[in-house]
Amino acid sequence: MSFIIDYYNYWIVVFLMMTGFYIVISANNLVKKIVGLNIFQTSVFMLYITMGKVSGGTAPIVAEGVTLYSNPLPHVLILTAIVVGVATTAVGLSLIVRIKRAYGTVEENEFQNEDDAI
Amino acid sequence: MFEQHLAALPIIIPLIAAPIALILGRSLLTWGFATLISAWACYASWHLLLAALSEGSLSYAMGGWPPPWGIEMRVDAANAFVLLAVTAVSTLVLVYSKNSIEKEIDSAQHPLFYTAHLLCLAGLSGILVTGDAFNLFVFLEISSLATYTLVSLARDRRCLTAAFRYLVMGTIGATFILIGVGMLYMKTGTLNMLDLAERIHLADGNRTINTGLAFIMVGVSIKLALFPLHAWLPPAYTHAPSAVTAFLASTATKVAVYVMIRFIFTIFGADYVFREMGMDLILMVLAIVAIFKCSYMATAQSNVKTVLAYSSVAQIGYMVLGVSLVSVTGLMAGLIHIFNHALMKGALFMAVGAVFYRVGSVDIKAFRGLGKQMPLTMAAFTIAGLSIIGVPLTVGFVSKWYLVTAALEQQHWILAFLVLAGSLLAVIYIGRVLEAAYFQSASDDASAAEVKEAPWLMLIPMWSLVIANIYFGIETSITTEAASSASEWLFQNSKVLEVSP
Amino acid sequence: MAVLIDLVLLAMLAITALRVIFLKDLFAVVMLFGIYSFLSALIFVSLDAVDVAFTEASVGAGISTVLMLGTLALTGRTEKENKHSSLLPFLVVVVTGAALVYGTLDMPPFGHPDNPVHEHVAPRYIEQSPKEVGLPNMVTSVLASYRGFDTLGETVVVFAAAIGVMSLLGIRRRSEDETPESGLKEHQVLRVVAKLLIPFVVLFALYVQFHGDFGPGGGFQAGVIAAAAFILYALVYGLPLAFQVIGPKFLQLLAPFGVLLYASVGLYSMFKGGLFLDYNTLASDPVAGQHYGIIIIELGVGITVFAVMLSIFYAFASQAERSNVQ
Repeated sequence: MSFIIDYYNYWIVVFLMMTGFYIVISANNLVKKIVGLNIFQTSVFMLYITMGKVSGGTAPIVAEGVTLYSNPLPHVLILTAIVVGVATTAVGLSLIVRIKRAYGTVEENEFQNEDDAI
Repeated sequence: MFEQHLAALPIIIPLIAAPIALILGRSLLTWGFATLISAWACYASWHLLLAALSEGSLSYAMGGWPPPWGIEMRVDAANAFVLLAVTAVSTLVLVYSKNSIEKEIDSAQHPLFYTAHLLCLAGLSGILVTGDAFNLFVFLEISSLATYTLVSLARDRRCLTAAFRYLVMGTIGATFILIGVGMLYMKTGTLNMLDLAERIHLADGNRTINTGLAFIMVGVSIKLALFPLHAWLPPAYTHAPSAVTAFLASTATKVAVYVMIRFIFTIFGADYVFREMGMDLILMVLAIVAIFKCSYMATAQSNVKTVLAYSSVAQIGYMVLGVSLVSVTGLMAGLIHIFNHALMKGALFMAVGAVFYRVGSVDIKAFRGLGKQMPLTMAAFTIAGLSIIGVPLTVGFVSKWYLVTAALEQQHWILAFLVLAGSLLAVIYIGRVLEAAYFQSASDDASAAEVKEAPWLMLIPMWSLVIANIYFGIETSITTEAASSASEWLFQNSKVLEVSP
Repeated sequence: MAVLIDLVLLAMLAITALRVIFLKDLFAVVMLFGIYSFLSALIFVSLDAVDVAFTEASVGAGISTVLMLGTLALTGRTEKENKHSSLLPFLVVVVTGAALVYGTLDMPPFGHPDNPVHEHVAPRYIEQSPKEVGLPNMVTSVLASYRGFDTLGETVVVFAAAIGVMSLLGIRRRSEDETPESGLKEHQVLRVVAKLLIPFVVLFALYVQFHGDFGPGGGFQAGVIAAAAFILYALVYGLPLAFQVIGPKFLQLLAPFGVLLYASVGLYSMFKGGLFLDYNTLASDPVAGQHYGIIIIELGVGITVFAVMLSIFYAFASQAERSNVQ
């Protein structure tokens, strides 16, 4: 039982990552691909935050009477990673808007056919 | 001051210059500014290489915090060598891009182009110089975001779909690297590369480390376009503006090869990656398939940019092949080829860009008769093309020579034969272009008469690279010395790890 | 109890993510992503990462979702049926997932205080940073000082995103007579509520900006919240009016200015004889120097993030208006 409690978080996070990854590589619609990419990345963030947790600890902000803090380093890394994620999302979505204007569609197989036709 | 901050300068200079370039806002002004900045970064890299060769390695603690608590910049012969190639090509491409982007990018977007180029340069330099695994991810994303922007600046709508595919693949790759680094951090409690290397073998139970290695290798392989994860590269290189292709083809994937070398040799240790995990065989097989499959694909394309793009994937195969031989000579051949390939592909893509500038097309039919109309451009294409094939007196020969030597050292006769056989395919795809240029006459006489030689601002950087192709092909001591000391350094430090824990 | 909350939240996340795969209505997909993001923010809170939760809620559930909805308005809200096989992606995912599960088997057990992550580097941050850097919020200390170079890189990433969006979409100012009806003229209640709300949102942004040293928050979150206030304004009162308050040209100067402000702290510390971004050199007392440095660089981050997020929104919104006119 303790084995399952120790690893439950990791396994669910792996499941979430793979769900996001599946959406990225299987979706034909570009907006959905970006949503998948975000789900994938957010789940990776959860992996990092999970490893930073200390049972019985609190948020890493100094407070009186607290001696056990969770690890601040993964939090810092993920703050950076979230920002990187939104930056990529913004550029990806702008590309989608331009693709829609240039091809009239955001379904991957449709504009691929057009590209091949040229 | 200059000496003290040397290790940080190649990153800081373009990083700070990029926002200034946006504020300057005028096309000509930003062009001059970006070129000077890149030249300065190149000058700093040259001094950095000299310092690294004489001192072994330099460390720079960002924020004054000692590693592993702060972020460390760490320079040795290996990354200083690649850094010099990257900054030098960047400078030449910037000189070249003035005319080229006037033809290919809307003038309102020129300042954005130069800003993105500087950001990309800063990102690539950061990847090369940093000694911190997570910091590497941050700079990887800076360079990637700038790259997606650069690719999408072209007028052809196909650049948009190419950039989007690149963005999705690139982000998946970066996320895989993030997962891998997370697993290493989880088992060691550190992110500093040298510190990781020391502690990685102390970790109890190695299933997490194994998985971390796998994810990092797959992530980096996407970034360096290792077969079969290369699908994003040909469309991106074909549809990007010529100046962008010339820059990316000679730097971006090379930096990713360096990242692979750094992770294998410095962090995980060659012994663990190759002997325990058997990665050398996997890499060798993929490299050989890449060389033949993609060289063959290159022979079947009608767009010359696509030909060269597939050729790039094949050439990356040679670099990875060098690494997979697990010997000082093999790694040295890989490193030399990183540098040499930057010289060849830079010159080739510049020549193709010049043809687009004058003729308006890069289809192989458009090359007909150009041998007479654009003699200097086509001569540059010819020499750089011979270099790709590996003809003596060019740098391509030097690369192949060491690669074959490394294969023969280990009695891999078949491998040495395959390397030479790969060159034959290069003869075909380069030969097709040369045949069109020199032995076929232009179909339409009226328009052909108007085609003039490329402007000198395009010819000078192109020919600088061509001359470098010949110079370093004859005077081989400089590059081989730098590459062999880099390779020995990497192996030594990798070996030390095997003994010390 | 905490374990139970965790289990329930994770299960909800799994259900949300699975639902996204099968839905064809993209509007619902994006809303589910917003929910996913909020749920993960809750997980982050329960795992003690309050700063991260704050950022995830404002970025994932806020900005990202708004941008996705903006894109949908331009590209259509239903996904077409596609016939190509999903077997290969499924196999790839199964193999990758299996590798990950194999990797988890040697992972240190969840939450144990003697895991390697908590032993080597982190103790210094926890024990020394209140003395060395002088801030109660360790996340801010590590973010802005120990790993300040990462944060500079992060600010540059945001800036790079702005370059990308600007070059792809541009921000065009239409001449006055061409301006279409925009904003929500008929919704009096919305207009009044927005007017009342906006000053408080801006005030809150400033609080988050300058209180980030003591509690959760900092330049990044503050920039996003301030941008949200102006986005609300633009949505309710229309883009032309928002352009008069803060024009895209001005934002184009503000975004690089923030990066330069950050970098200038680094350059100044170099001139004072220290290494790049060494805040100890900024004042005679190192701890005071740390404090000055962190305040300035957080301000730089805040300015750039605000300017970039708002100009990205402007870019999407002006696209939408243009397509409405057509």
